Amino acid sequence: MTHRKEPIIEIGQEPRKNVAIGFWRSVFRDGTPAHEAVLRLIPAGKAIYLLPIILFFFSLFFGRYVMDPVETLRILTVGTINAFLDGASSLLSTVSGHQVLLPSFEQTWEASKQTVVFRIRLPRVIAAMLVGGGLSIAGASFQGLFKNPLVSPDILGVSAGAGFGAAVGILLSGNPMVIQISAFFFGILAVAVAYGIGHTVGKSSTLVLVLGGIIVGSLFSAFISLTKYVADPYDTLPAIVFWLMGSLSAVSNADITAVAPPILLGSICLFLIRWRINLLAVGEEEARALGVDTKRMTIVLVIASTIVTASAVCISGIIGWVGLVVPHIGRMLVGPDFRKLIPVSAVLGASFLLVVDDIARTLTAAEIPLGILTALIGAPFFAYLLTRKKVGWIS
Amino acid sequence: MILNVNNASFSYDGITKQFEDVSLSLRQGEILSLLGRNGTGKSTLIKCILNILRLQGGTVEIGGRRVDDMRTEEIAQQVGYVPQAHRAVFPFTALDFVLMGRAPHIATFAVPKEEDYKKAEEAFARIGITHLREKCISEMSGGESQMVMIARALAQEPSLLILDEPTSHLDIGNQTTAMATIDRLAADGIAILMCTHFPDHAFLVSHTVAILEKGRLIAQGRAEDVITKENLREAYGIDICVHYIKEAGRTVCIPMNPCGCRGGGRANTAGTKPHGT
Repeated sequence: MTHRKEPIIEIGQEPRKNVAIGFWRSVFRDGTPAHEAVLRLIPAGKAIYLLPIILFFFSLFFGRYVMDPVETLRILTVGTINAFLDGASSLLSTVSGHQVLLPSFEQTWEASKQTVVFRIRLPRVIAAMLVGGGLSIAGASFQGLFKNPLVSPDILGVSAGAGFGAAVGILLSGNPMVIQISAFFFGILAVAVAYGIGHTVGKSSTLVLVLGGIIVGSLFSAFISLTKYVADPYDTLPAIVFWLMGSLSAVSNADITAVAPPILLGSICLFLIRWRINLLAVGEEEARALGVDTKRMTIVLVIASTIVTASAVCISGIIGWVGLVVPHIGRMLVGPDFRKLIPVSAVLGASFLLVVDDIARTLTAAEIPLGILTALIGAPFFAYLLTRKKVGWIS
Repeated sequence: MILNVNNASFSYDGITKQFEDVSLSLRQGEILSLLGRNGTGKSTLIKCILNILRLQGGTVEIGGRRVDDMRTEEIAQQVGYVPQAHRAVFPFTALDFVLMGRAPHIATFAVPKEEDYKKAEEAFARIGITHLREKCISEMSGGESQMVMIARALAQEPSLLILDEPTSHLDIGNQTTAMATIDRLAADGIAILMCTHFPDHAFLVSHTVAILEKGRLIAQGRAEDVITKENLREAYGIDICVHYIKEAGRTVCIPMNPCGCRGGGRANTAGTKPHGT
């Protein structure tokens, strides 16, 4: 028999035309030259991968201070080039030992606009994409690991841990840096304890792991309540409550440089093992029989997802729903194969949180916390999708 | 020898033995059926052979190498495993599912390549289920998903195929199809170890039969020698007729009616008088 060249699978149960069908497979499986592979990224059916790029630019123009798109683009490009030239100048100066000044482009716009683009909108937009994409990838991976589509990235207690860490940071110092580091540390610690419980009890079977997560999660929730109880009701208590509802309003460029590397590294790691997650998702014993070192795979997956989630949560606060719902929407579009689901979840998650954050900062004069909005928008949207499309795991 | 099990013993808690002193061996193209009542340790033995569980004593050798010295993917390159049933959570298509059988031949960070797709397609064609390729496993009947799992094991290109009760969820027609498939695979040179609850099936395809009872092998050898009324009574605790049926051209095993079940069909055979009249 002959082997068909084009992707064979229609995803899901019904034929679909315009989604990223078999896309990753067609790009990576047959050793085509890189430039051809890149060209194949663009065709109309793959439009979903353009979504975050379009939204990225839109979000830069859009806000309570609406900017002219052309001007924004000019500020963005020229500003970036100037920053590069600046950097190069100072580098050359230090290397050569005397003052070097490279020419730079003239700044034709008001300084305030530059501030809006580079200091306020850009970090925030990038943060929304990193956090949304990261939480979605982590959620999708955990759903595969635990063989359960109702799992979210905080199943092992990372959010509760991070929440406690942040609350302690707010209580003791109030310095944003301290709060973030404390949140990150306790998020990781919570998962480590959950994993430790699972490991001691039952040979790291995923069920025991979940129970460990539940134990740790409720413990840290109690600790959070405790810190709230002792917090000053006029000062630190509102800060804690607001942090727990999630927001990107305070994100700075420094925050981005701190959390982007761990989020990207963890995500790349999950992307690399994306096909192996399929094997974990069919069951531990079967995966073992198929030659997968499930123990090592579980550890890798848990560490990568936890680093991504903890890094995201420490700058954004607790944002629910994204990590649970976005992978579902991804599955409706491209089916359960993690080869496609992981990249599609990243793209959808980044887009979703961008839109939600745009709404959060523009809808009212006071910022609406993100955690509220993700549920407020995500829940009805998800309900709508459920009624519209047949979902594989509900039968 | 492809498979050699020497004096194997295993226990979950270190006190009660699931089985002990089990010795088996299997050549290329040979089928060995493992009989025994529920809970007698057949599945545990299989897991030990796959090195999912570790033996307390004795050794398992596959292709001349001890499994506890082999890496997980090395074992999977040699041994294909077909579990009793698959509980589908995510609606993978059959092709995606069978592709998973290529895992031992694919590097950790890689995804299936063209060649792997070809191998998966071959596995479908080999047992004649190419039409199922794009169907979701969550929507398949028991018979279909059993065949897809066999195809997945074949995609591993194994020299030994282990099936855990391959017919327990199948209707009588699919049971026969599955047996014919297994027979054909053995004819192609794959060694096959299968657990089964049907002594009939052992007669149908096996070269050798072993009966496990209370953690020990009570009999092992050619089907005709092992599947006897006496051995079956010891294994299952009931009386079973072993009879060659000329019309069917095979030997069958039929439990007697010791408890006087009152269903119909007792009086239909010519020459037998209805009970109690």
